[in-house]
Amino acid sequence: MKTWVYIDHFKGEAVAASWEAIGAAKALGGDVTAVLLGAGAEALANAAFEYGADEVVLGDDSALADFRVENYATALSALVSNATPNLLLFPTTSRGRELAGMVAIDLNTGVLVDVVAMELDGEKVVATRPIYAGKLLEKTVCNASPQIVTLRGRAFAKPEATAGATGTITKVDVNAGDEKSTVEGYAEAGGGVSLTDAGVIVSGGRGVSNNPNLTAPDGMSDEEAEVWRAQQGFALITDLASTLGAAVGASRAAVDANYIPYANQVGQTGKVVSPDLYIANGISGAIQHIAGMRNSKVIVAINKDADAPIFKSARYGVVGDLFEIVPALNEAMKAKLGK
Amino acid sequence: MKIVVCVKQVPDSAASLVAENGQASWGDAPLVINPWDEYAVEAALNMGGDVTVMSMGGEDAKEALKHALAMGCKEAVLISDDALANVDTQGTAKVLAAAIQKVGDVNMAFFGRQAIDGDAGITPAQTARVLGWSALTLAASINVDGSKVTVERSVEEGRQTVSAELPAVLSLVKEYGEPRYPSFMGIRKASRAVVPVWSLADLGIEAPVPVVEFTETLNPPARDVSVEMIEGGSPAEIAEKLADKIMAEKIL
Ligand SMILES: Cc1cc2nc3c(=O)[nH]c(=O)nc-3n(C[C@H](O)[C@H](O)[C@H](O)COP(=O)(O)OP(=O)(O)OC[C@H]3O[C@@H](n4cnc5c(N)ncnc54)[C@H](O)[C@@H]3O)c2cc1C
Ligand SMILES: Nc1ncnc2c1ncn2[C@@H]1O[C@H](COP(=O)(O)O)[C@@H](O)[C@H]1O
Repeated sequence: MKTWVYIDHFKGEAVAASWEAIGAAKALGGDVTAVLLGAGAEALANAAFEYGADEVVLGDDSALADFRVENYATALSALVSNATPNLLLFPTTSRGRELAGMVAIDLNTGVLVDVVAMELDGEKVVATRPIYAGKLLEKTVCNASPQIVTLRGRAFAKPEATAGATGTITKVDVNAGDEKSTVEGYAEAGGGVSLTDAGVIVSGGRGVSNNPNLTAPDGMSDEEAEVWRAQQGFALITDLASTLGAAVGASRAAVDANYIPYANQVGQTGKVVSPDLYIANGISGAIQHIAGMRNSKVIVAINKDADAPIFKSARYGVVGDLFEIVPALNEAMKAKLGK
Repeated sequence: MKIVVCVKQVPDSAASLVAENGQASWGDAPLVINPWDEYAVEAALNMGGDVTVMSMGGEDAKEALKHALAMGCKEAVLISDDALANVDTQGTAKVLAAAIQKVGDVNMAFFGRQAIDGDAGITPAQTARVLGWSALTLAASINVDGSKVTVERSVEEGRQTVSAELPAVLSLVKEYGEPRYPSFMGIRKASRAVVPVWSLADLGIEAPVPVVEFTETLNPPARDVSVEMIEGGSPAEIAEKLADKIMAEKIL
């Protein structure tokens, strides 16, 4: 088995799922080559060795300074068609997904997207991937070479880093093709832990605005007052999240009511997440929400309504008012964690 | 401005799915237009100009097309052929690209970010690659100035502004803004519309050979879902017990 792993990076930092992909490649056995493309990407080569790559193929070129999928695809397709690996792995980021898709078109092969488990049948990878937002799983194979697979973040263990590990760096010329599009600028997302990488997520739903004891400042419309109350509720959720080092999530109802940006939405039409701990506050547990978080290891539900469907998916449940329980839980967790 | 928007017919997001005999089954849950594709239709309509909505699928995919017609698309076309039964995303991209070419003089092709059945999210990029057009995916806003299109892309790390020369493929995300509801007049018009069907022969291409094969559809492993309810005399007491349980899971 000869496997290439594409190392996805942004602003000089590799996406952790790239290292997970090296681990997954090692687990399949055989030779593992990490592919680094970009301007100044060499800085990541050491880390690739530390996470287990046997070799690094490095295409360092100023034409690749900004990630534009068309140019990266042209460069990568050429390298892959020369070196003929049997398997090409990507992390499932928006970059990895589209790059994999374009390379598959260039090389007349196919992609298995957002895979959560792999096993080998001879030289063929049998991949398991969630479909219908995880309501079902599908086993799938790619009957052409190279087999291209993108791996879901956090689905494969990140390998232990071996400090000081080294290997061969093969520098290659890249042909990035004609520029198709231009990156004009970037606005970074407002801080906080990213939902898809998060080990812990604290989420809020429509219930987050439901506190009759809160009186909104004078002069607000009903809708503004509701959003204002929701902000007080989300402040409690954010406090608990920061105690736990967690990301903040939300239901679609909370997003649609403008309590919180869409980037925080968990669910079938939001983000599909798989943290170790998911705390759902004031979320009823609609099937589209469950679809996005069902793979969390431990689910805690806090809801006023003892009949809320969320309790059917939860490991621990509290029937109560989130405005009372969440701050109390924050204090209790602070004490336990010594914060 | 000539625009094509690609939509897929999928089981309703509220459907419960089970694997039966290795196949996905959604019981009698309705099939609907892929929710992401409604944003694409909305964006396409807002560009002004002629919008053709297309779908590749069986006869029932006409419902998704009629929904888009009712929203205001001018024309619809169904791409249907028995030889497409096991098509994969690569094949879908080749077929959609050929159909976009057949429409002719298209400036922009709009897609949803992802189909909620297969959750692949790569057909837009792959179709762009087949066409040799720029892929401006995950667009939250669109601005066209002459032959140049600029979008704000919503990606993991924030908002990226990218521009390209037309023609281009765009995929849309929810931040673009809520899709309109079909109007009463639109629904009446759509219900009377006769949707032309294009076969592979009409597109002048061979059936793409599927390279991705689905060997099995499975139910996810049953989870230990028995819930333990935490009770107590006061919020502090409940919180203390719950915190102990969380600590005992050894995940923090
Ligand atoms: C095509 C489509 C896609 C969708 N995609 C998604 C998706 O990706 N993600 C998603 O989440 N939803 C999605 N939905 C919406 C979904 O069906 C539900 O409407 C939504 O999840 C409900 O959000 P909620 O639980 O916050 O609100 P509600 O259902 O209104 O529930 C609020 C809950 O809060 C509880 N509560 C109220 N006050 C308090 C309090 N003070 N303390 C404690 N509990 C309290 C109530 O008992 C109730 O259970 C989608 C729907 C469609 C049609
Ligand atoms: N059979 C199809 N017919 C028309 N458009 C499609 C089809 N399959 C996928 N698409 C488009 O491609 C997008 C992404 O689909 P996917 O890559 O399958 O997740 C969808 O949101 C649609 O816009």
